[in-house]
Amino acid sequence: MKSLKTLVIAAALSLGAVGAAQAQAPVAAPVEAPVANPAPVAAPTVVTETPEAAAPAGDATYVPLKPEAGVGQPVDAGIDFQPQVSPIGEQAIWFNNVMLLPIITFISLLVLGLLLWVIVRYRAKANPVPSKTTHNTLIEIIWTGVPVLILAAIAVPSIKLLAAQYEPPSKEALTIKVTGYQWYWGYAYPDQGIGEYVSKMLPEDQAKANGEPYQLAVDNRMVVPVGRQVKLIVTGADVIHSFAVPAFWTKMDAVPGRANETTFTANKVGVYYGQCSELCGVDHGYMPIAVEVLPVDKWEAWVRSKGGNPSGEVAATAATPAAAPATEAAPEAAPAAAPAATI
Amino acid sequence: MTDIAATAPAHGHDHAHDDHDTPGFFVRWFMSTNHKDIGTLYLIFAIIAGIVGGVLSGMMRLELAEPGIQYLTGWAQMFDPAAGDVQGKHFWNVMITAHGLIMVFFMVMPAMIGGFGNWFVPLMIGAPDMAFPRMNNISFWLTAVAFIMLVGSMFVPGGSGLGAGTGWTVYAPLSTSGSAGPAVDMAIFSLHLAGAASILGAINFITTIFNMRAPGMTLHKMPLFVWSVLVTAFLLLLALPVLAAAITMLLTDRNFGTTFYDATGGGDPVLYQHLFWFFGHPEVYIMILPGFGIVSQVISTFSRKPVFGYLGMAYAMVAIGVVGFIVWAHHMFTVGMSVNLKMYFTAATMVIAVPTGIKIFSWIATMWGGSLTFKTPMVWSLGFIFMFTVGGVTGVVLANGGVDTNLHDTYYVVAHFHYVLSLGAVFSLFAGFYYWFPKMSGRMYNEFLGQLHFWIFFIGVNILFFPQHFLGQQGMPRRYPDYPDAYAFWHLISSYGYVIMGVGVLIFFANILWSLVAGKKAADNPWGEGATTLEWTLSSPPPFHQFNELPRIA
Repeated sequence: MKSLKTLVIAAALSLGAVGAAQAQAPVAAPVEAPVANPAPVAAPTVVTETPEAAAPAGDATYVPLKPEAGVGQPVDAGIDFQPQVSPIGEQAIWFNNVMLLPIITFISLLVLGLLLWVIVRYRAKANPVPSKTTHNTLIEIIWTGVPVLILAAIAVPSIKLLAAQYEPPSKEALTIKVTGYQWYWGYAYPDQGIGEYVSKMLPEDQAKANGEPYQLAVDNRMVVPVGRQVKLIVTGADVIHSFAVPAFWTKMDAVPGRANETTFTANKVGVYYGQCSELCGVDHGYMPIAVEVLPVDKWEAWVRSKGGNPSGEVAATAATPAAAPATEAAPEAAPAAAPAATI
Repeated sequence: MTDIAATAPAHGHDHAHDDHDTPGFFVRWFMSTNHKDIGTLYLIFAIIAGIVGGVLSGMMRLELAEPGIQYLTGWAQMFDPAAGDVQGKHFWNVMITAHGLIMVFFMVMPAMIGGFGNWFVPLMIGAPDMAFPRMNNISFWLTAVAFIMLVGSMFVPGGSGLGAGTGWTVYAPLSTSGSAGPAVDMAIFSLHLAGAASILGAINFITTIFNMRAPGMTLHKMPLFVWSVLVTAFLLLLALPVLAAAITMLLTDRNFGTTFYDATGGGDPVLYQHLFWFFGHPEVYIMILPGFGIVSQVISTFSRKPVFGYLGMAYAMVAIGVVGFIVWAHHMFTVGMSVNLKMYFTAATMVIAVPTGIKIFSWIATMWGGSLTFKTPMVWSLGFIFMFTVGGVTGVVLANGGVDTNLHDTYYVVAHFHYVLSLGAVFSLFAGFYYWFPKMSGRMYNEFLGQLHFWIFFIGVNILFFPQHFLGQQGMPRRYPDYPDAYAFWHLISSYGYVIMGVGVLIFFANILWSLVAGKKAADNPWGEGATTLEWTLSSPPPFHQFNELPRIA
């Protein structure tokens, strides 16, 4: 059942790509979308009537992005964090690069320096008669107090970073439900009416053919608009998984029976990869995550290609007089039906 | 106490006691009630377990040396001819599980506490033996059976293949609904036995240290190694029952339909993690505190100077032990905790850096003004101080909940805990081994081989583990048998490091064998005036029963 659905979605997507290449998008999209998703034919048709989507028909067709080398993925022999594209990531990397790394490097070198000094200065040849010193209250107070101060200095930005990570999401945030399965991910966009679709690792030949890194590339990516906050509701279906995208500084465990919430805002268009980060069984290493960050119009095209409504519930209700069928279709049918079927 | 006082004047009975000095082989080694013999058994056991755990890590580094799966399926087929890809990948999870559990429960703990603790706590406090010699014996044999059960679990079905593939943390629900078959049950029973053994051992040490110190040996005159074992014993006593409860509930979830960790029955998988880490964090101090004690003895001996800030050193360990109980959830920062909880655990975790810093600086201050000789145990201790510092500061990085978001469950964490354990605890074990080898065996080790062992091992483990920081920062998750090509470079370097380290270990074994056969006879105190603790007042090796007349400490 699951695999059948994946196949259908994959087929639909690739057809979409072909369609775009032939500039037949308006025809192609409405035809295959219903196959992929229970959302009715009406939805896409309706959307074309709304003014903003009607304009760039050819331009706003979803074509999967190619990843950019060195962005959103590890690099050969790399040693540093992946470049961060979210405000939280930038804040965290600043904290690390400006405070943590210099401090820990300094402390390590200080200890090494002191060790080398005592080794040279107080070796038996240089200092045949040992002193009898066993106490020095002042120095003991110093080496207790100074670390306390250093830690306090670290704690301030650290707590600020935590507070920033946990700021409640804005009302405009795009909600995506993420479900970890053994061994793939399921993504659903309840507000857009995109029912859960599954995201599985691409086999090596396909990944290479797409120009993507094997073991990171997936068949169906999570697709989000650039610059808009994304709220993830993360859960696990069987055992605990963990949804992680290093370039967003995002990691949240997918625990069965819990709905964990986390947010990120990706400020740069591109493809960003991550991997399951909690041991979940045999194929723990083979359930990667790929998040595609698109310009808003392209993202909207992707939503439509999935049979969803990019403007979400609110906009859909507002558009009621213009497009009566949309109200039935988008908010109701899709989110309810699809995940239930998959589980 | 009164018993011991009573035996001292009763010289008439000494002939009867003399018979105990020469028990037959079986009685001596299989029914031992002698703390030194039991300590020796623990050390031999720890070395054997260390070889098993070390071979497992070697197999893992071999598999990880290049991307793709090269060996796993073949290895799985050695135990199960029908094994395919799935069983191969399952075998990976079995190896990471077994490596972790073996190194923690059957290598470091038995060596530190069972081995050196048993050998030297009674000697250092001037006691004739442990308080409960028979309990001491059963502790050891429970540990041995636990080890056999754990190794045995690798050969029975555990879900997707043979063995328990849950990770050493045995998280539910992967360990409950996610792993059918008896392997996980066997691993749980193994932990129960090892835990019971440790609890018995802890009771024994606490009783011994509180009640059997020689006259004049006040708590504040005890050698720091004894202090470290005392604190460790309390940690064991308080932490292990929680583990026992946690894994018992796992067992009933698995077999009797309870739902402690199953949300569909009103339970919570995260509860298991809280219980596990309530044990698990003190456990890491259980592994390192005796190492602190060993290093304090060695540094003081080879500086020919008393330990600097003795009371600060002792109470820093107490502080580490206490704070160690209230920081556990930093192991689960990404589990979906509230922000306030994360802030608390961030702050509390960083506090541990303070007593740890006191220890590092006090060791350096002990050497300051000393007259240093660089015998093998001292070199290991110096290596320990630096490597533990490096592992410690990355711990400060990980303590920050906001930073841990990225690094959690990556190779950065693997690098961190191997720096504090594989380069911390293990360095201190080697320091202790070389330091006390002459006392235990009556023979000197080979100094050249000892130094060679240190340098090769030191270079090897750094090449092995330092690049793993890079892998972690780049995003490489833990517990992966395979990885994208970009990670290949540092994984290969890391595997080379393993080979170098392995050569170092071979030199260690060569040294032991050579020294046992042909080592020079050791003097009672081969380390000179710096070695001031009571074990150096005895012959090398000490008599079968020592301190029949209790020493008086001025």
